[in-house]
Amino acid sequence: MHSIGEQIKARLPYQRRNAASLALLIFAMILTLSAFAEVGLARDGNIPAGLFVYGGGLAVMAFVAYFVQMKFTPYADPLLLPLAVALNGVGLAMIYRLDLDTSADRKAAAAAGKKLLADAADAPSQLMWTFVGIGLFVGAVLIMRDTDKPDAPVSFTPKTAQRYTYLIGLTAVILLLLPIVPGIGQQINGARVWISVGPFSVQPGEFAKLLLVVFFAGYLVNKRQAMSLIGKKVGPISLPRARDLGPIMVIWFFCLGVLFMQKDLGTALLFFGLFISMLYIATQRLSWVVIGMGLLAVGVFVATLLPFMGHVNQRIDIWQNPKPYFDGGCLLDSGKVVPVNPNTEIYKKYLAQKSPSPGFSACAELGGEYSDSAQLMKGLFALGQGGVLGTGLGQGEPWRTPLSFSDFIFDSLGEELGLTGLMVLLLIYALIVQRGMKTAVAARDPFLKLFAGGVSFVLALQVFVIVGGVTRLIPLTGLTTPFLSQGGSSLMANWILIAILVRMSHDARKPAPQAIQDEGMTQIVSTR
Amino acid sequence: MSPFTLTLIKLAFLAVLWLFVIAAVGVIRADLFGSKAATKAATRASQPRPQKARQPKPPRPARSAQHGAPTKLVVVQGERAGTVIDLTGVPITIGRANDATLVVTDDYASSRHARLFAQDGQWIVEDLGSTNGTYLGRTKVSRPMPVPPGVPVRIGKTVIELRK
Repeated sequence: MHSIGEQIKARLPYQRRNAASLALLIFAMILTLSAFAEVGLARDGNIPAGLFVYGGGLAVMAFVAYFVQMKFTPYADPLLLPLAVALNGVGLAMIYRLDLDTSADRKAAAAAGKKLLADAADAPSQLMWTFVGIGLFVGAVLIMRDTDKPDAPVSFTPKTAQRYTYLIGLTAVILLLLPIVPGIGQQINGARVWISVGPFSVQPGEFAKLLLVVFFAGYLVNKRQAMSLIGKKVGPISLPRARDLGPIMVIWFFCLGVLFMQKDLGTALLFFGLFISMLYIATQRLSWVVIGMGLLAVGVFVATLLPFMGHVNQRIDIWQNPKPYFDGGCLLDSGKVVPVNPNTEIYKKYLAQKSPSPGFSACAELGGEYSDSAQLMKGLFALGQGGVLGTGLGQGEPWRTPLSFSDFIFDSLGEELGLTGLMVLLLIYALIVQRGMKTAVAARDPFLKLFAGGVSFVLALQVFVIVGGVTRLIPLTGLTTPFLSQGGSSLMANWILIAILVRMSHDARKPAPQAIQDEGMTQIVSTR
Repeated sequence: MSPFTLTLIKLAFLAVLWLFVIAAVGVIRADLFGSKAATKAATRASQPRPQKARQPKPPRPARSAQHGAPTKLVVVQGERAGTVIDLTGVPITIGRANDATLVVTDDYASSRHARLFAQDGQWIVEDLGSTNGTYLGRTKVSRPMPVPPGVPVRIGKTVIELRK
């Protein structure tokens, strides 16, 4: 029942496709440079000086990365690097566009001694993190060896991780829980997902994501046969044994824990979806997906009933009807939403008292839960403003949305590139995921199969959760948009992800050692 | 900048975006179906070390003179049941080793368990000194034996068949 026919067709042998990779990389650079040029022409009326700093910097790093890829992983998938560079470049151009400190008007105003409001979009630091990210890509490709040559001086291959499955799982859990620890944990924009390391804020969840993929892959390689073969058949689905079901329950409870301790629905959804998908890849049994989806539904339902989980209810409420919450709304226990926007008396009272956040204080007096849907709605207005063709880079007003450069960068891009541009961005994500899945199919080792399948799926799910959130397809939860959002942790983690896929695709695509046949005698030659 | 120029720039940028994606898809297409450049590269790569032409037969002898020659290998039982491998004249190794053509994850299979190769239009199965043996039908394969289409070959828990 679970055997989905796997077709290995007589196919062309894999080639080195370095020329194609280089051509696409040059194309990606042209894309980035023209984005910068368009921003400059439309916003400031000239080609910006930043074009050479940002475009040139990215180009140098991208070509270093290409050179390392060509030299050390010549059979690597040709698309992964250029696609990632294209996304990173477009994101950088958009952040440059949103970083009004780089605009001519603002520079002139600052020179005239006018006082300017602080602007949170920060293009120079994004450029720096891009450097760090691509640097990590280069480092990771250099350090990792092919799986069939573990005798190299530094014998670290993607498969090495399999030996430390449980240690890596533990590290992932610790990383996830770090932001709760008082002292190092930081609450920024309402979510407690940050830790402060020296002058930087790091989102450990981004790295925990990769480590969890390794853990799930290592765990499932050992258990998948028990999970896929043993079980009771109830109706159309066959139920697994309790001892095989145990770990999935642990993960379920853990995700619910993260959900209400950190108020981070997005991460919880991401990890749970990741586990379900990897179970499915490992066992090929639909029953796991059904059980997982059922558990998720039960979890969300229970969360909406518990009194201290009010914000989950509120998220769902805002998703269904964001209007009453525009500029601030207060959800009372009775389920009624009272507006506490700046036009209401109660807000003005707290504003007059110079309360740091009048909305929260006003809502506390009313005895309800405060939330603001202005961000989501402004993002939707931006998408509507963009329409099919967009306003053109530098010609819209995407900065009106709060966090337009991080969580809502997809809406900002939607305003200026329109549906036509967003389709391209989604296609680029889809291509990266497809190349990752292709790597998983081509990989010979079951652990590497699961590893590649898992990292590809986690990327796809992350894009779905955040893009679905900002377009109001699903309730909004804060996650970064891979490669586009401003933020160092996300860029670093995603570049490492691409490096792992590049290394694994080289491993899977390079020609297998040939068996030599002599008449009469059998001699198998392998590299081991 | 006049609004008209800006509109033109905007449309040009969208066109560049789409061309990028189309170029990327083109690379995938070339990977799947071959392109002029890829074919040239392939012939260049194969010329310096010509393959031992043991089996100078066309890759797909479909409805050629050798009618009756099997064209595919089907896994009918075991972990990888449903897998189909097209027979092209290249020898097929079966075992648990990662470099085998058909990798079976089965405790009863050896890492290099058996091999199938084409000779004079026939496919021959050869046991590579496996622990639990290879069975052709109900006979144990002790020396290379021709495999008629439709006769099951058992390797551990995996059963394969050649089909036309």
